[in-house]
This record gives sequence, structure tokens and C-alpha cells, in this order.
Amino acid sequence: MIKMKRFGKIILSLAAAGLVISMAGCHGKTAGSDFKIPETFDESRDYEIVFWAKNDTNQTQTQIYEKCVADFEALYPNIHVSMKLYNDYSVIYNDVITNIATDTTPNVCITYPDHIATYMTGDGEIVFLEDLIDDPKYGLAGSELRFDGPSSDEIVPKYLDELMLGDHLMGLPFMRSSEALYINKTYVEAMGYEIPDVPTWDWVWEVSEAALAQNPDGTYAVNGQDVMIPFIYKSTDNMLITMLRQRDAGYSDDMGNILIFNETTGSILKEIASHGKTKAFSTFKISSYPGNFMNAGQCILAVDSTAGATWIGSNAPLSDIHDNKKVEFETVVRPVPQYDPSNVRMISQGPSVCIFNKDDEQEVLASWLFTQFLLTNEVQESYSETEGYVPVTLKAQNDPAYLEYLSLGGSDNGLHYSVKIDCVNMVLGNIDNTFITPVFNGSTSLRNAAGQMVENCVKTVRRKGTVDDAYLEQMYTEVSQMYRLGEQRGTVGSRDLGPLPRTSVILLSCIAIAWICMGIYVIRDRFASKKRG
Amino acid sequence: MKKFTAVCAAALVLTLSACGKTTEEPVAVPQPDIDTDAIVETVLENVPDVDVDTEPQPEDDGVMSYADYAAAALDDEVTVVTYVQAHQSWWDNKVTVYCQDQDGAIFLYELACSEEDAAKLNEGVQIKVTGFKSEWAGEFEITDATFEFVEGGDLFVAAPKDLTDKLGTDELIDYQNQKVIFTDMTVVSVAFKNDQPGDDIYLTLSKDDAEYSFCLEYYLNGSDQEFYDLVSGLEAGQVVDVEGFLYWYEGANTHITSVTVK
Repeated sequence: MIKMKRFGKIILSLAAAGLVISMAGCHGKTAGSDFKIPETFDESRDYEIVFWAKNDTNQTQTQIYEKCVADFEALYPNIHVSMKLYNDYSVIYNDVITNIATDTTPNVCITYPDHIATYMTGDGEIVFLEDLIDDPKYGLAGSELRFDGPSSDEIVPKYLDELMLGDHLMGLPFMRSSEALYINKTYVEAMGYEIPDVPTWDWVWEVSEAALAQNPDGTYAVNGQDVMIPFIYKSTDNMLITMLRQRDAGYSDDMGNILIFNETTGSILKEIASHGKTKAFSTFKISSYPGNFMNAGQCILAVDSTAGATWIGSNAPLSDIHDNKKVEFETVVRPVPQYDPSNVRMISQGPSVCIFNKDDEQEVLASWLFTQFLLTNEVQESYSETEGYVPVTLKAQNDPAYLEYLSLGGSDNGLHYSVKIDCVNMVLGNIDNTFITPVFNGSTSLRNAAGQMVENCVKTVRRKGTVDDAYLEQMYTEVSQMYRLGEQRGTVGSRDLGPLPRTSVILLSCIAIAWICMGIYVIRDRFASKKRG
Repeated sequence: MKKFTAVCAAALVLTLSACGKTTEEPVAVPQPDIDTDAIVETVLENVPDVDVDTEPQPEDDGVMSYADYAAAALDDEVTVVTYVQAHQSWWDNKVTVYCQDQDGAIFLYELACSEEDAAKLNEGVQIKVTGFKSEWAGEFEITDATFEFVEGGDLFVAAPKDLTDKLGTDELIDYQNQKVIFTDMTVVSVAFKNDQPGDDIYLTLSKDDAEYSFCLEYYLNGSDQEFYDLVSGLEAGQVVDVEGFLYWYEGANTHITSVTVK
């Protein structure tokens, strides 16, 4: 089974996004829906709910989705869920954008918060959930639900906060993961290095450069092979974003201001480029999946999602490479490299779920019921067990059955595959150390731009170019233009900025009074002229 | 009254500037109003036409022979003249193209291309390509490339080469990206990407008890519903001949273009 092709229509769509961007005024407006939950769910009717979901090319995940739908339909026989599966968030995003234009969005969609922010640029598309979750009848753990779902208090608060945009709740978290540093412990220790509990960037770069040592015959000393790419980072947008956060440097702010073009970014990119030049470092886009190289003994340090854990390691249950290419080694999992090991920072990622508004309130309520069903223990636990995901509810995280699953880590190379459960434990132990980036219309473009800059720098030095200040300045301009950074700022349209500040109220009052006074003056002056005439 | 009006005007200015400050923070990089699609099209339109005879390209214009291309190091800039055999669907001013000449085949990954030009990338058309030699998961290709049509160029459509006897051998990679045919293969399994129709189909075929991976690449020929249905409906045990392009992903992973059920 091939993990995933790269022939994605990945960049989606500046053009497509442009279809749905409507410019907001000076003070923004609420573009999400003002959906009001009906008093009662009308069960005399049938409903067709379209559900777009994402899996990781993992058949077990597909089966879990299918079982989830079947179980839900058994509870609500009048609701029929039609599911379409994707394995690439960017393709879901693209399809949603396209379907907003034709008013054919799905009812329920697995997606990223960044993407929801863009969807919200179409008026009334996204159903805000802040009121729905507390509805006593149909809200979370509501009295009329036919399943044992979590209460709002039982969703990990940090994960719920990630879906807040202003005062609005854009969706619910579905699964959470982070990135991990996967290390070939066997090779690294053979090189004479000890593996720290929290590796630093300096340590990673030093080990990576050392792994390039070659034998007289040109093979690499560490693996005896012709190929060695010591360090591969799967998601280079995450890479730059995380490095900037670790150094408290600018990326963007809540208002959508683009802050990424700063000195720290330049120094980071130069650092990355210096290791790209020696070929101690490469990326997924340039070379391929880090797990494939690692499993072949051709990579010793790999940063990939914890949700990719089942593809990494000698005994990984999933693999894209032939058995005769695999080598034996021990894999250990650590947090992504840090600048300050005492202040760990790692990105929070993973799928969320949003609801699209429809004319039929009952249909939306049916969508809301299904969305909540995705947070029940069985769905949460079974899905999280497919990869290095953690459940988003405390109810599932603390369920004895789930705790037993975690305790059996390493007992087999299937359900209890050690690398996967090590990843889950690492994420669970670092929930407070995770961060997200501000969500606004254009944040997806900024993320793409961040990754593009890393890719550009590495490609440039591999092609004998130079990454210096002049290069960076030129690249900043080009990337800024390519991704139209700043042009969409503040048009999340949807961002409810709350009541006007007092100073603005006073100033606007002044202007109104001034215009009234001027009007009175003009009228009075004309009246006086007539009288004189 | 003039004083009053002046005060009102000042209030107006102050008010407007205050409103602006609440929403318009400076951005570090200037944001000119530029349409990237237009840029790409303009660049492509302004690429000077090259007068090329139907004869092979002279060496002094930087065009490499296939042998020179094959010998080039990874990340080297390369320029080749080759012939389009097929291409995937155009998107976002890019198109991925399968090319071949009499000496060998070249895969062009996400070639910069306007939609208008993509429509002219017909089978056999001669093009001149400049980009960087790259390798992704064992697939050698040219990336970050631009191209131009060779005016007056001749046509070349490769005939599929029967490599059935090369399956499982180290020699197979020598034919990477070429139009090939494998005969009398037995269907082992058919699997849909995402476990649903509507995307790639992964086809496993066997020969002499060894299994080999094939792929119906959706962006290449997924729109051919008849072909998609044919491959979808293959059943284990059926014997087939398959044609396609010898793509590579951690080993041979031919992108199929034709299946004949025997």
C-alpha cells in the first residue's frame, strides 16, 4: 500500500480562495452563522448528512469512520450519513472552497482551524457552536442525546480554546497530535552520542553533520550504505513556525498582521541552509518521507507527525519500502528539537470538525448530533489508537480502557506498537507545552509561505546558490507576492471584534455632532440669505 | 463660524486616523498588488521563441543528450530536448509530464506551464526543458523547470517496450519513466486510495509468484471513466497485459495507461 502520493493539488488556491473572500469593513463583521437550535428535533423526517473526513491512508481509520456512521445511524434511524474520505487536508480545503462558491458544502467536515477561518469568509457558512455546546437538551451531554457524549468540561480546555475565534467557537477538536523527533538510537549511540531527554537544535545539527563521515570507499560510516540523509523534517512550515515560537520571534498576530519577515527568521533560515548545503539536512518535498529513509537506515533523525508513528521504526506495522531494504535498529521518541530545553515548545495539530450552515435548521441539528457523536469514547479511543493521536476529551483520556491500552505499549507490534504509544505519551505529557498559530483569513497562506521559504533556501544551497541577506530580502518579497501575504489581513471577515472601543465611540459621536452642526449652519445661513434677499 | 468648521474638520481627521490605526498595522514587506497567475503567464509569453530546425539541437545552446542528462549529478541544472508522451492534469500553472525520446525517458514534475500551453502538450510534441535534476523516493526527474515548444520540431511517440522479463531484476530501473508493457500478469488485488473510488487505484499484479505494484494515477487518466471502471472491476486471478509509464516510488510503480484482459 502506498502511503501517499505527492501529486497533490497542493497549493490551492489563492485563486479559489479569492472566490469566497469578501472584504469586510473597517470594523469587521460576523460571517459565521446565527443558527438557533430548534426546540425539538423533528424525528418524523429523514435527513441526509454529508460528512467529509480525513484519514491517514490507514484502513483501520476508514473502518472506524464507517462503524461510527453505522452506530450513529442505529441510534438515529432517520439520519443518513454519506461519507467521503480524503487523505490530504489541503484537498478537503480546496473542495470546500470550491463548494462554497456553489453552495454545496458538506454538512460536517474534518478540517483545520486555519481552513475554517477561510471558510468563514463566506457569510453564514460555518455554524458557531458556543451556544450549542451548552444547550441543555441537545448540547454536549444534553438530556435528549441518545449517546453518552462528553460534557463541555470534559473536552481538554486547551484544545477547545484552539477553536475559538474571538467569542465564537468555530468547531470542535476531533483528534490532537504534535510532531516528534524520531531517533535511530542504535546508530546515534554507535556514533558516540548520548540521546538527551530533550534534544536541542545544536545537538541535532552536530549529530547530523557527524553522520556524514564516510569510509574510504565512499560509503557512509554510520550505515555502510551509499545513501545517508541524517536529518529530514517532514513539514517545513511547522519547522520554521516552531523554531520562531521557541525563540519568541514574530510570525503573525491575532489581527492577521504578518510578522514573519524578521531578523530571527533570517538567522534561522541561514542556519537551516548551512546544513542543507552539506546535505546533513533535507525535507520531505526534496527527498521523500523521512520514515522510509529511516527504516532503510538512511536517516537517523526524523521529525514527523506523531500521527505518522506507525510508519516509523524497524517493526513499524505500516511501510512503503520493501522488506529487503529495512534495517534493524531501535527507535526512540523525543520532543522536537528545542532552543531552550527547559522551555519546551511544540506545535499542536490534528483534525477538528466544523458544521456548515444550511437553510433547514433540523438538518443542521442532525449535523450537530453527529458531530457530537465523534467525541464519544468509543470513537475517540479507537481512532486515537490507530496512530499517535490523543483523544481530545478527558473523558476518553481517563477511561480505564484507554489507560490499559497505553499501559500495554510495546507488548506487540500492532495495536500496541511501542513507537506509536511512546508518541501518545509524549504528547499527553506536553499538552501544556503545545501552541497554535493565530487563525485568520490568510493564515493558511502564511503557513505555506513559511514552508516555502525553508524549501527555497535548502534547494538554493543544494544547487550551489547562496543564502545571504540579499537572497533573503529578495525571497521575502517574492514569497510575499506569491502568497499574497497581508492582502487578506483582517478579512476573516468573520472575526467579531466585539463592541467598539470607548475612544472610538466618542470620536464617532464627535463626527456625527460636527456634521449635524455644519448642517444646521448651512440651513440657517441659507434661511438668513433668503430673508436678506 | 470658520473656527467652528475648522474644529469639526480637525475632529473628522482625527477620527478617521484613529479608526485607521485600529485596523492597519504596518507590515514589514511591501505588498504590491500583483496577480501571480498573470506573472507566470507574462513570463511564459515573453520567453523568446527559439528557432529550431527539425534536426537535433546543436550542443552549444546548452541542450544535453539523454546520456549527459543521465550522468548529471543531482541538483545540477539541466537542459534537454524531449518529446511529450502524456501529462497529468494541469493545475495552478503547473503540469507534470511524461517525456521520452529515442534514448530514454524523463519525468517532469510540476513543470511551470500556463493552462493554454498545457492544452498544447499533445502526445509526441517536442519541447525544450530547463530545470534541476532531482530524485524523490527513487524517481529521477526534473523539477522547478520551465519549457518552450520547439517550433517546427518533429514528432516522436514512443512504442511501449516489453519489459516483462526484466521484472524483479536490477536492470528494470534502467528503463525508468519509459513507456512499457508487461504481459500475462495475474491480478492479485485492486485497492482504492482512501478505500473509495474517485482517486488513485493501486493494482498488484504477479508474475512467476512475485508481486509488483502498479498505479492508476488519477491525475493522469482518472477522467477516463471507461478505463477507471475497467481497472476498478479487475478481479484476482484474471490475466492481463498492462501498459504504462515506468514510474518509481521506492521501487517500480508503473502508472498504467492501458489494460487488456485476456
